[in-house]
Amino acid sequence: MKVLVPVKRVIDYNVKVRVKADGSGVDLANVKMSMNPFDEIAVEEAIRLKEAGKAEEVVAVSIGVKQAQETLRTALAMGADRAILVVAADDVHQDIEPLAVAKILAKVVEEEQPGLVLCGKQAIDNDMNATGQMLSAILGWSQATFASEVGIDGDSAVVTREVDGGLQTIKVKMPTVVSVDLRLNEPRYASLPNIMKAKKKPLDEKTAADYGVDVTPRLTVVKTSAPAERAAGEMVGSVDELVAKLKEKGAV
Amino acid sequence: MAVLLLAEVNNGVLSMDATAKAVTASKALGDVTVLCAGASAADAAKEAATIDGAAKVLVAEDPALGHRLAESTADLIVSLAGDYDHIVAPATTDAKNVLPRVAALLDVMMLTDVSGVVDADTFERPIYAGNAIQTVKSGDAKKVVSFRTASFDAAGTGGSAAVETVGGASVSGLSEWVEDKVAESDRPELTSAGIVVSGGRGVGSEDNFALIEKLADKLGAAVGASRAAVDSGFAPNDWQVGQTGKVVAPDLYIAVGISGAIQHLAGMKDSKIIVAINKDEEAPIFQVADYGLVADLFEAVPELTDKL
Repeated sequence: MKVLVPVKRVIDYNVKVRVKADGSGVDLANVKMSMNPFDEIAVEEAIRLKEAGKAEEVVAVSIGVKQAQETLRTALAMGADRAILVVAADDVHQDIEPLAVAKILAKVVEEEQPGLVLCGKQAIDNDMNATGQMLSAILGWSQATFASEVGIDGDSAVVTREVDGGLQTIKVKMPTVVSVDLRLNEPRYASLPNIMKAKKKPLDEKTAADYGVDVTPRLTVVKTSAPAERAAGEMVGSVDELVAKLKEKGAV
Repeated sequence: MAVLLLAEVNNGVLSMDATAKAVTASKALGDVTVLCAGASAADAAKEAATIDGAAKVLVAEDPALGHRLAESTADLIVSLAGDYDHIVAPATTDAKNVLPRVAALLDVMMLTDVSGVVDADTFERPIYAGNAIQTVKSGDAKKVVSFRTASFDAAGTGGSAAVETVGGASVSGLSEWVEDKVAESDRPELTSAGIVVSGGRGVGSEDNFALIEKLADKLGAAVGASRAAVDSGFAPNDWQVGQTGKVVAPDLYIAVGISGAIQHLAGMKDSKIIVAINKDEEAPIFQVADYGLVADLFEAVPELTDKL
């Protein structure tokens, strides 16, 4: 079985996000970019499936700007076998919407015929939480979102999902799309020799046009603003003072 | 303009709070038809009919709709979609599972976690873990929207909308339910509780979390945790408050031993009153707290539990 893992280049999760003064978006110039943390978990899971003999090949794919090839090299250094870059934007500030990403991925799936697509549940930039479900819909496949445990067994997969109030386990027919949640695994760090080796692994470059997918956004960004700041509060010196303040406010 | 609102129904029971908040969010968009779908959903539909602002309630009962499996539920919604301009739901994990599938089948974009409605095409939503608010205008013929429940007040009850039965679902055969593991608790639900007491890495261990739980029980509060506490194994994941967990906006939020990482703040900064107890006076949590107490939590929390 082949596993396809879509990965997205996003602002590093440790970087403080700054909204541009003109309200046109978030400042991404000269900001550290990394692989979306949820996608790292998906890459890790795919590699573990290969190591367990359940998958033969792990193919990473990224859709966006040309610089996303760095993200793909990270996936290759972690252990993916090869990569596909689909260039769909010139400007790092242009986000390709999940619907267009899902359509391109569906074309890649047609070509590659994977038995499983493992993706992150959401990207930490647009927080849309949609690509996996959309891909599954377009393909007419089953879906298992927010996975915290994935077991592949022949023509089905048993997936435990993180849902409000607890966990749900479902059994889905293969091929399937699984979107992964935080507790599925802890992604490995790429070792230096593997980073060197990754430079020699194959990385195909395509464009959105090669797949005949129109990536024109359906949503127009009217403005981007900083969230309302909370007014500074006060420090209290003791538990008694805290209790008094809360009683005064009618909070308890 | 007409709105189809997927009610939050679990095992035949309506989640009134989440559903009523989504009704409030939808009111400006047009007449709201509430859809209750499930293996059994008639009782949920009866209850949904009392929500102020629900113009009509549709009930779809079919074993294939049990456990909210995405494939069958999405097919049902798409079969009903013709009559509606907006297809919406509270942004629960169930809705986030189902709605993007609906959007793709209708060839429209998804609008996730919407926190404000500007007009029928224009919505506000947090991006970058709530570090920016984006206003977007949709050019799609139909809008598929999930509403961040913490951003809206629940609609009242007292209405009596008509309940209509609609045809069942097609059996997709793509997925089947195996089991649920629901955390049993007498405490209020985290996302709708009036008071939330959360513990962070500073609590130090799973056993020490009993301190947090005691304070919560004294206040009739829900228990939350930071991601650091969850990752350290001190608390279960469904207690997690933050960008990667639940977004809450209670009247009172008490953060104990939580430093205040950006990802945690994104999940609780809309709370009405925030109290922070931390021994590190430099902790960023104090910058968003209405009342901050620099103290050893192992002394302050039992004392607070005693004195409240």
